[in-house]
Amino acid sequence: MTKLLRGAFVIGRRDFSATVLSKTFLFFLLGPIFPLLFGVVFGGIGATVANSRQKPVVAVVASEADFNRLDAARDRLATAIDDEHVIRLTRFDPEPNPNVQRAHLLASKDPPVQAVLTGLPDHPQLTGSIKRDGTTAGQLRILLADLEGDAQAEPALAVDHTDTSTANTSRDLALTGQAAQTALFFFTLLLSTMLLSQLVEEKSNKIIEVVAAAVPIESLFVGKLFAMLAASILGLIVWISAGAAVLASFKGLGALPTPEMGWPTFLTLVILYFGMNYLILGALFLTIGAQASTVREVQTLSMPVTFGQVLIFGLAATAVGSPNSTLAKVAAIFPFSSPLTMVARAAEQPGLMQHVIALAWQALWVAIILKLGASLFRKTVLKSGPRTKWFRFGRA
Amino acid sequence: MLQQVQPASTSTGPAVQAANLIKDFGATRAVNGVSLTVPTGSIYGLLGPNGAGKTTTIRMLLGIIDPSEGTRVVLGRDRPLEAAQEIGYLPEERGLYPAMHARDAIAFMGALRGLPLREARRRADVLLKEHNLGDWAKKPIRTLSKGMAQTVQLLGTIIHKPRLIVLDEPFSGLDAINQAKLEELIRREARAGATIIFSTHVIAHAERLCERVAIIAKGKIAFDGRVDEAREMLRPIVRLTTRERDGPWRSAIPAASRTEDNHFVFELPESGPEPLLKALIDGGAGIEALAIERPGLHDAFVAIAGKSAAAEMAQEKPQ
Repeated sequence: MTKLLRGAFVIGRRDFSATVLSKTFLFFLLGPIFPLLFGVVFGGIGATVANSRQKPVVAVVASEADFNRLDAARDRLATAIDDEHVIRLTRFDPEPNPNVQRAHLLASKDPPVQAVLTGLPDHPQLTGSIKRDGTTAGQLRILLADLEGDAQAEPALAVDHTDTSTANTSRDLALTGQAAQTALFFFTLLLSTMLLSQLVEEKSNKIIEVVAAAVPIESLFVGKLFAMLAASILGLIVWISAGAAVLASFKGLGALPTPEMGWPTFLTLVILYFGMNYLILGALFLTIGAQASTVREVQTLSMPVTFGQVLIFGLAATAVGSPNSTLAKVAAIFPFSSPLTMVARAAEQPGLMQHVIALAWQALWVAIILKLGASLFRKTVLKSGPRTKWFRFGRA
Repeated sequence: MLQQVQPASTSTGPAVQAANLIKDFGATRAVNGVSLTVPTGSIYGLLGPNGAGKTTTIRMLLGIIDPSEGTRVVLGRDRPLEAAQEIGYLPEERGLYPAMHARDAIAFMGALRGLPLREARRRADVLLKEHNLGDWAKKPIRTLSKGMAQTVQLLGTIIHKPRLIVLDEPFSGLDAINQAKLEELIRREARAGATIIFSTHVIAHAERLCERVAIIAKGKIAFDGRVDEAREMLRPIVRLTTRERDGPWRSAIPAASRTEDNHFVFELPESGPEPLLKALIDGGAGIEALAIERPGLHDAFVAIAGKSAAAEMAQEKPQ
């Protein structure tokens, strides 16, 4: 293991110096402008998906008959204006203690409850983080007027404003998660595809023989991966510094709601998940790129690899706003989408243990992919190994 | 039947031992049962035409690739990479990072073999000065001539003072002056105690440098032993020129003799030179010239590897 790490350090140091001290690194630093635009576009798609899945509702605590009349009025309104723009209603049976029930409903996340309507049919009262004259209260007044058969009359609707509701918090936290996810996606998109071409230099310059005779192939893979990670982190520092200056000019991080676990822990997790996302995808791209012999082959590989990343982002984006859905759980377990999914989860849910487990799971996959990549390289590029075994583990 | 090589002591055993190495690339068998022993401290040549399996054998010995079958023990380890810090390797296809400075390229190769970077740079400076390349230390490799770049790579091969130096076609691409310098460097490293294995398809280099050679043809070892043992496998060659064309003396000349430029060429009979001379004189041959030549390594190679292999080597670009 020591020999492997020492070899990886020598390779990594050379690669890091060669990357950072080259003139092209300046262009690399300008790179985020393009994927930033790309990320914003796809972030918008993700937001649409998330919004449609977890649109906040008004919880109606009423008898089935009262609710059905109100819901019928809603349907009539929905035919007049677009259904998407009409508030959604969900019925709950009245419980013995209305105050406890109201508090319980306002704390519910599945579905996120924007407000609770009680007192139907004679003394309707709306409780939640809503404005007295806002869209939700306004639409409810229209529905109540419809029930009374006088569209012109102003029905009595008492509005009890609370500071927060789960709908607002949930949606805003999803925004924080989505911002982190989008940032991770485009940084990784920008950086990890560079690993496709990392081994072409060694192969085309025949240096691979010198290296392969001196250190295990795993050292080559690990060294290259971490050298590019270090160069990427250097780039990130520059970009984050520039980004922070831009944010300070506008609303800054204050524009985003504070994550469940607080900013310091959340930002630490963002950095860790960036590292893991980079390492997992980077290890995969290094393995794929190692099979290419020429720059032309690498270029051919770039497009499907980029599409693959977008698909992974799409899978992870479905988890934003509904972290407990089946798809979100699949995305959190699937190694390639796990970091992007978990970073969004970090914004929306408290609890560190799930992240410790996720990071360990992702680190395991980095090791597995690197080992498989090195074995594949030995087998297919160096043409090594006995004829009866496909892979030889535990050699390095 | 697979022979199992027992790991040898690092100090007293052979530097390299290989038993029945086989390497298949798909349906093609590149190396077919190579067994060899390289004594510690020797200069050992791997002779054979291109495609004979020399490079594949070397790559297996160094652990770059694993054999399909067979075993090898290098400096006492059956996993050659475990001895990597004591081995220097110059591959047939030279490889350096074009943007790297000459000094850094040498130091990088030293660091790969376990030298601390600072020490590797110090040694690189010393080596470059010793080889009159001090002024080029901080120039990128891409600005160096081919010969200079090759020297840089060779210096990178020996920077960590390896116990075993493996050179794959080291003379390839070098001019006569640099070939002579390389021969001297090989001798110097051997005098310093290193074991040197080099492959070549130019027999003259092997003849000048090697104490032992292995002759590889078509993936198999045809001979493994001392150079003089290879020569001794052949009888001395007699070149005879006579005034007379025919006579009783002709019975002294073996039937398998051939005629070259008006003289007879044949192996010295086992009875030795004296009975031959007596028969020629008594038979009235009228000897104009008679030379008894010790066979060269080339003759031994022809006899061992076959005329076709020798012809292939002759067709290859001379170095």
